[in-house]
Amino acid sequence: MRPKKAKNRRSSPAVVAVVVMRLYIADNAPNSIKAIANLEAICKEHLQDSFKLEIIDVLEFPLRALADGILVTPSLAKISPSPAAKVVGNLSDRSSVLHALGIKE
Amino acid sequence: MTGVAHPLPKLPTGIGGFDELSHGGLPRHRTTLLKGGPGSGKTVFALQSLVNAVRRRQEAGIFVAFEESTRQIIANAASFDWGLPALAKNKLFFLDAKLSPEVVQSGEFDLTGMLAILKAKKEEIGAQWIVFDGIDVLLTLLQNPLAEMREIYRIRDWLADNHVNAAIITAKIDGNSAEMVNYGFVQFMVDCVIRFERRLEHGVALHRIEITKYRGSDFVAGEYPVSFGLSGMEVDAPEPSEIRHEASTERVSFGFERLDTMLGGGLFRGSSTLITGVPGTSKTTLAGKFAETACRRGERTLFVSFDEAAEPIARNLSSVGIQLKPHVKSGLLRMYSSRTESIGAEDHLVRLKSLIRQHRPRCMVIDPISAIAKAGGMDAARAVANRLIYMVKDQKITVVVTAINQGDEPETEATDLQISTIADTWIHLSYLIRSGERNRALTIIKSRGTWHSNQVRELVLGNTGPTLADVYTAGGEVLMGTLRWEKEDEERAKTIQRRAEFDHKRGELQAAEAETRARIKALQHDLTRQRAELATYSSQNQARIVSSSDREQELRRIRSADPARRASGNSGGSGKRNKKGVRDAA
Repeated sequence: MRPKKAKNRRSSPAVVAVVVMRLYIADNAPNSIKAIANLEAICKEHLQDSFKLEIIDVLEFPLRALADGILVTPSLAKISPSPAAKVVGNLSDRSSVLHALGIKE
Repeated sequence: MTGVAHPLPKLPTGIGGFDELSHGGLPRHRTTLLKGGPGSGKTVFALQSLVNAVRRRQEAGIFVAFEESTRQIIANAASFDWGLPALAKNKLFFLDAKLSPEVVQSGEFDLTGMLAILKAKKEEIGAQWIVFDGIDVLLTLLQNPLAEMREIYRIRDWLADNHVNAAIITAKIDGNSAEMVNYGFVQFMVDCVIRFERRLEHGVALHRIEITKYRGSDFVAGEYPVSFGLSGMEVDAPEPSEIRHEASTERVSFGFERLDTMLGGGLFRGSSTLITGVPGTSKTTLAGKFAETACRRGERTLFVSFDEAAEPIARNLSSVGIQLKPHVKSGLLRMYSSRTESIGAEDHLVRLKSLIRQHRPRCMVIDPISAIAKAGGMDAARAVANRLIYMVKDQKITVVVTAINQGDEPETEATDLQISTIADTWIHLSYLIRSGERNRALTIIKSRGTWHSNQVRELVLGNTGPTLADVYTAGGEVLMGTLRWEKEDEERAKTIQRRAEFDHKRGELQAAEAETRARIKALQHDLTRQRAELATYSSQNQARIVSSSDREQELRRIRSADPARRASGNSGGSGKRNKKGVRDAA
């Protein structure tokens, strides 16, 4: 079963700052499922455990998504460290995601 | 289809003219596509429909803006009197769906999330209208025709599941651009397609609207002018093709008796009159006289000038005894001046329409209508001039329009705006140059349904207003100016002579009559005298007869021939008395 609301993975003590992200998805829409998979792969490879990801189902919390300025799904919002960034799409273009998250390849 | 048992339910947009074109508005519970190039009016149409739904029927709405930010949209609409910011607080929800340039795109996305948000918002405010503005911007982001089609399907399904009264999708599609294959599909998916166009003609922007598809409903085909005023967009819907104007038999004075007489008693109420002529032939003066006369009758009047501002017109007319200012002050007369180059011919039509709505005139002047040909193309101007006159006639307004001719021949008007064919009365003013003078001549070329003079008259401008001078013809020509004066002098001299002759003759006849009367009196006197004489003579004669018969009886008694009778003596006495009476009478 996919994680629906929130999922935290603690990393071992490290020098890198924890990346806080929110992924907005639309239930089991194909692009949303792809986005989750793509993001998990990126995190595993580049962030190990130094990240915090919240996954929000827009179908369940539409008004929250609206308040967060989300329009299309899937959308990834990087909250911290600054600068904040937003990526839309199923995150298949890995380099642009890494760039937005401020991670060097 | 046979018989229309259930006409398609429709929702009026409240956009002037469009609800007439579409026979009632947008299809209820269906989707309408507005397509057209940038700046063609799609967004205004969508927003205005939404605003009207809120204001007139308390129906809330959602506006999804893909192209412009909400702030921009509200700012753009500030020039209209919609009170949008207030509506946006509770009854209208604007979703800023413009992707910020900072947003990074990585792979495909879809609208599932957005539609979920819209559904929630719709339920929250009870929205019954939804507009997706600039869907093309969104679709371009999808970068893939298959994805585009998929998302269009998604929107369609959403609309099917979320019952709204009306949905409007706008898309920037230029008429013949084939780049967006899927727009064909969009058109198929919607029930009503409205095309918008903005084009430049002679440097003036013209807006057009056309309904290209309306599933299950009749509509007025063809493209129609659109213009923008204070209350938003207005479509200049065509007048009914059947001309139905009630014919009035009431006559309206033009302002001077002689012209009324030439027109067989004046203009018909609700008729249209065209005055043509080269510049300087007093077209405005004539029209001004008409306006002043209408005001004097207490009728509301609208004076539209495309030439000059109201102030100089009133001043110039007052120099020939036509006073418009008091009527402007009293509110009876409304003077409107406008430059013609700056806006398209249709815009004039729309402005005049709203002026007529505001002022509700019974009489109207447009001076000169030919000026609208300056803005935009001739075809447009011609159509506008025609529609303008029909519009005015529909409202039973008696209208006088002027038009400038290039040549002095009235026929040149016929090649120009062609108003002469629809005007009921056509008065032509020209200059006649003879004997070194330039005089104004007035001809009535036509006047429908009435007797009218066929003679050319001289128009004279005095300080008490225009008058038509008496006509003298000599050698088949109407005499004007000095020639007319000479002729008039000649006529005057003749008249004086004729009068003197007449007076003389009358004197003679009166003397003869008096003489005859005197003679009759004398004869009468004679007659009376003669009658009296005759009477005297008759009674003397009678007395003689009586007395002689007395004497005979006396003689007989003396001779004792008869027995004596007392009565005879009495009889004799009475005879004597009679004789005396007659003598008295004589």
